[in-house]
This record gives sequence, structure tokens and C-alpha cells, in this order.
Amino acid sequence: MGGRSGGQAGGDSPLFEYLLRLGDDRLVLGHRLSEWCGHGPILEEDIALANIALDSLGQASLFLRRAGQLEGKGRDEDALAYWRDEREFRNLQMLELPSGDFAFTIIRLFLFSALGQLQLERLAASPDAELSGIAGKAVKEARYHLRHGAEWVLRLGDGTDESHRRAQSALDELWPWTGELFFQNQVDRALRDQNLIPDLEALRASWETLVKDHLSRATLAVPSGPPRMTGGRVGRHTEHLGHLLAKMQIVARSHPGAQW
Amino acid sequence: MTTDGRTGGRTDGPTDRPTDSVGEWPLWEVFTQPPGGAPHEHAGSVHAPDAEIALQNARDAYTRRGEAVSIWVVPSAAIVASSPSDAGPFFDPGNDKPYRHPQFYKVPRGVKVF
Repeated sequence: MGGRSGGQAGGDSPLFEYLLRLGDDRLVLGHRLSEWCGHGPILEEDIALANIALDSLGQASLFLRRAGQLEGKGRDEDALAYWRDEREFRNLQMLELPSGDFAFTIIRLFLFSALGQLQLERLAASPDAELSGIAGKAVKEARYHLRHGAEWVLRLGDGTDESHRRAQSALDELWPWTGELFFQNQVDRALRDQNLIPDLEALRASWETLVKDHLSRATLAVPSGPPRMTGGRVGRHTEHLGHLLAKMQIVARSHPGAQW
Repeated sequence: MTTDGRTGGRTDGPTDRPTDSVGEWPLWEVFTQPPGGAPHEHAGSVHAPDAEIALQNARDAYTRRGEAVSIWVVPSAAIVASSPSDAGPFFDPGNDKPYRHPQFYKVPRGVKVF
């Protein structure tokens, strides 16, 4: 298995680690969105959220498959999704929080997709052909996720008293977790040195402008508190991820190797 | 319903629904244009609070598998339809008046078909 452009291959390679982040974010978000299936506020929105969940799971599958190839230990995307434990997951903590109400689900989708789109646009131009290929496919979906989330943010924020209250409360709760969106460490530095990935810090201004302008159009107040300390990128998670994984992994672990 | 912190002992999964009962959203008729330039065709209908959401719902319900390159949504209320009782006067072809049909008329000799 050739780690053709990710520096050294194998499980310690920065590109493997980076692909886990991209994949796990979308796996966990996709799982949370899939929980709405059959519970959406209206049939049409139920379908929309299920579609976005499927898009996210599809993206996760591509990123994790590539990670498994680079690792070279025979793990495919299913092995990585179903047979890793909590501490091995690299997703943002924000994405593992329970889905809450519709407003919480939408605000989270909006905050995440806003950065996801910017990041995937840059990754689609990466000299790593595999990474750019997956990102190029995913960015089209991410644009739609952002559009769907953003339109609902407007309607909830600038809607009824109750929808405004719920949207503001979701935003207040989620905002401290957004600091982790821009977490970077030696993994990113190694890949940036090879010009394979964008500097997240360079995307922060664009993200803030996009998000803050839109929230203000939605008559929502951007909280001023500092970002919370978080550790999802290095395997430290909230109490919620274990419960999520238990549900997500139980079938695969109860029937190892089952085909359907 | 409560608004307790989501991180503090909430159950997993989506939680409560809105408390104020909202009426049914308006209905929109969806027309999709298949690839290849054929005209828009009626695909079905969706509920949505406004045009943009109607467009998105139509996209999610009817065009996820490459069925369309363009979508129109129209408020169902804006469609004026003939009623079943119009069927006779509107659509009865008038076969008892054969002169209404072009086949009734013979092409005179001397007229060249071009």
C-alpha cells in the first residue's frame, strides 16, 4: 500500500490521522442526523435530514477507506468505523453531543458545514490525488448542507418567539465548542509543510464572517464567551460518544463479518 | 417541556417538538426537467413554509438520483384547474361534427405537398 504523498505510510502517518479526523467528524455527525429518521418535524424535513445523514456517512466511508489503505494493516472503512473504541475516535466533541431539538441540530449543522465547505474547497485542490478527489466530491454535498442549514437558521432565528428562543439557546450552548473547529497540532504542521492541506487558522476569518453575518441576519446574538478546552482531535471525548458508539457498533460487533 | 442543558444528563436522540401547534405548511407542486432538454414535468408535491424551502424539499424528495437538471415549484393554490364537471364541454372531441377535424377536408387536386 503506497503512502504515495502522505510522507511515511502507516498508522502513525500524519495523513492517516488527518483522514481519521475528516472521516470521524462525518461519521458521528451522520449518525446524529440519522437519529432524526422518523422523528423529523415534518415528512419533507425528515427526508432532508436523512439525505444529509447519508451524504455524511458516504463521505466518512471514503475518508476512512483511504485512511485504512494508507495504514496498510488491512483495515477497511467498516473496521475503522465499527472496531475502534472511543479514545481512538478523532471527531470534534461538538458533533457527538446529543441531537437535542431541531434548532440544536440545525445550528450545529450550520456551524460545522460552514467550515466544512471552506476546508473541502481547499482540499479539493490538494496535490494528493486521493484526498483532492474525495474532497471534490464531498464539497458539492457540503455546499448543499450549508445552504439547507443556513436557510433554517434564518427561519428559526427570525421566526416565532419559540423558534427564536430555541435557536438562541442552541447557539449559546454550541458556541463554546466551536473553538475546536480550528484545532491544529503537529499532524497539521507536517501536512502543511508538504502543502497537502490548508491552514485552518487562515480559514477562521472567512468562517467567522460567514457565520456571524448570517446569524445576525437571523437576529441571533453571537455569544461572546471563550471557546472551551476540548480534545476530540486527540481522542478525549464527552460522556456522549461512548453511548453513541455503543448503538452504532453493536450490530457489527455482535455479528462479526456478517454480510447483507 | 424543559430547556435543560444538553450536556447534562439528557437522553440520546432528538428531543421535544415545538409547543405551539403550527398549522400544516402550504402545499407546493413540483415540476422537474429531466436531463436532455425535455420540458418540465409534474413530479409530485411537497409541503414547505416558503419558496426556498419548497425548492430544497423538492430537491430532496424528487431529484436525489440524477432525475432532473431543473426544478420549478409553484404554490398549489396558484394552480387553476378544470373541474371534472368541465369534462364534457371542455374535452368532448365533437366527433359528431366531422368538419371540425382536418381529416374531413380533401386536399384539392393540384395542391402540391411540400
